[in-house]
Amino acid sequence: MSESHDHEHGEHAPIQTHETPGEWEVLEIAVRELAIEKGLITADDHRRLLEGIDGASPMLGARVVARAWVDEDYKKRLLADGSVAFELGIDNYDRTNLIVLENSPQVHNFVVCTLCSCYPRPILGLPPDWYKSPSYRSRAVRWPRAVLAEFGTVLPDDVSVRVHDSTADMRYLVMPMRPAGTENWSEEELAKLVTRDTMIGVTVPRLPSPPG
Amino acid sequence: MSAFAAGQAVRIADRLTIGHTRVPSYVRGAKGTIERVLREFLIPEDDAFGRPHGRRQTLYRVRLAAHDLWPRYRGLASDEVQIEIYEHWLEPVEEAKQ
Repeated sequence: MSESHDHEHGEHAPIQTHETPGEWEVLEIAVRELAIEKGLITADDHRRLLEGIDGASPMLGARVVARAWVDEDYKKRLLADGSVAFELGIDNYDRTNLIVLENSPQVHNFVVCTLCSCYPRPILGLPPDWYKSPSYRSRAVRWPRAVLAEFGTVLPDDVSVRVHDSTADMRYLVMPMRPAGTENWSEEELAKLVTRDTMIGVTVPRLPSPPG
Repeated sequence: MSAFAAGQAVRIADRLTIGHTRVPSYVRGAKGTIERVLREFLIPEDDAFGRPHGRRQTLYRVRLAAHDLWPRYRGLASDEVQIEIYEHWLEPVEEAKQ
């Protein structure tokens, strides 16, 4: 095998950096090393935290939404208390306080953090770059319908928009409406329709277009 | 015991701040209603200064009509912004007597 391993290397930029670390990076390293040296945390605690942060993805939130779509009792409990979301074996590594917002034919919910980038990380992973952009953060509360339209989501004239500014201690997950025509779908199939952006609320789940 | 109840009319204080807060300027001075009462949390003004045993205040979700927040807002009368506000930033609003 190794003899025939002759595909081209060196096409990408060399993986190395010549930049010196910035002020915040130096501060983080210093505080972390001190905390480890003083025995407050271990290096393994730190590694495990990073692994958890990187491991969370929107697939987790999708499982929660799909479960709520098929289980009315679960949905009721979830809407009353967002911590029910973590029953599905999801690691709430930063003790996120979750509120689940249910879309309806009358109300469309979506989420922004105008002050920074607050986001339900244990259940959706890290936020997309646009969520952190000053443009999205400043305009979502001021021109919500125009911002949704930029994401390809044109709300009908009889649907109210409810923007949730996630600036303090709670984090938000939008529960989109289950698309028509999925009545016989399994929970696993349904979860595939629930993408990150449908749970931020900038779009809604759609059935895949039929081939051809 | 929280000072405000769900459905109650409130005003978000219009204050200048020194240091960190979690009340964005666009909602300061706005009138709205309590959407729900959450629980007590450490206030950001203390948290920002590394006082983990600092003052705690009840946190509320407040609903604000988009048309009240923004002049010339384009959308439905029922469009809303909802935001979390700590008790020390909320003031009661006297309901107008008919």
